[in-house]
Amino acid sequence: MKATVFVTLKPSILDPQGKTIAEALRTLGYDSVRDVRQGKYFELDVDAADAGQARSLAATVADKLLANPVIESYRVDVEG
Amino acid sequence: MSTFAVVVFPGSNCDHDAYHAVKQVLGQEARFVWHKETRLGSADAVILPGGFSYGDYLRTGAIARFSPIMGEVARFAAAGGPVLGICNGFQVLLEAGLLPGGMRRNSRLKFICEHVHLRVEQTDTPFTRLATAGQVLRIPIAHGEGNYYADPETVAALEANRQVILRYTAPGGEQDEAWNVNGSTGAIAGLCNSARNVLGMMPHPERACEAALGSEDGRVILGSVVAALAAAGVDAAPRPVGAAQP
Repeated sequence: MKATVFVTLKPSILDPQGKTIAEALRTLGYDSVRDVRQGKYFELDVDAADAGQARSLAATVADKLLANPVIESYRVDVEG
Repeated sequence: MSTFAVVVFPGSNCDHDAYHAVKQVLGQEARFVWHKETRLGSADAVILPGGFSYGDYLRTGAIARFSPIMGEVARFAAAGGPVLGICNGFQVLLEAGLLPGGMRRNSRLKFICEHVHLRVEQTDTPFTRLATAGQVLRIPIAHGEGNYYADPETVAALEANRQVILRYTAPGGEQDEAWNVNGSTGAIAGLCNSARNVLGMMPHPERACEAALGSEDGRVILGSVVAALAAAGVDAAPRPVGAAQP
């Protein structure tokens, strides 16, 4: 089964990379893009009996390694 | 003399500098410990050196914190032994939860490689006992992700508990955002745990132990550990370093 994990900086954390990207877009003329926050995207190919188990495994793995809880939060999506 | 264990992760590149500073400059014993070992051996102090463990993949220090040796490092720390995490080593200690907080990319995004000034905030740690309160040390940094972060509650607790040990300041010791090179919360360059035996610092004291390298202020940090161990009964008389071996 495929589980995807989106890891993003917590809203209170300054994101200089996101800001730089937003400024680059404004330089390119996309003034209507007001802000950008950059995150990470992981695709996990997991052995799981069902979507619930896949989601739970992905969350465990995200808690343990993929996200640093001090500065990041995450969201899990499961296909099917 | 005291023995320093220098942990080596795949991608560590300041392990030899740390070994050299401890052994050749301070005349103590030093030993490399590969990250896959499960024993530190007879070590009086542990250094987690700088570098790019696991290529900084995922997050700096995120994978190295799970190396087999880290269980031993945690036990050594829990038993009160001095543990010094330098740069990537500091990042590993944060990821391992041995120190509170996290690291972000430098606020101005650039990798910064230069000497900075650090004010010693507390002298009652094995890493700063040779310093005087407020003393300014000139020590080099070389990092792209040294922007220390902790949430307001944690920062308040750290300050109240005097766990902030080194701060980025102006050359005269004044705290000023203009001198906070990487945007760290509270201009924190180094902090310790509540038991005061684990220190993480982004600057490299091991690169500031010889005049030829531009500063000897790093001796204050490393020499303090040697002095602390001596005071605790570990014989710190240096080996004669006269006939230097390359």
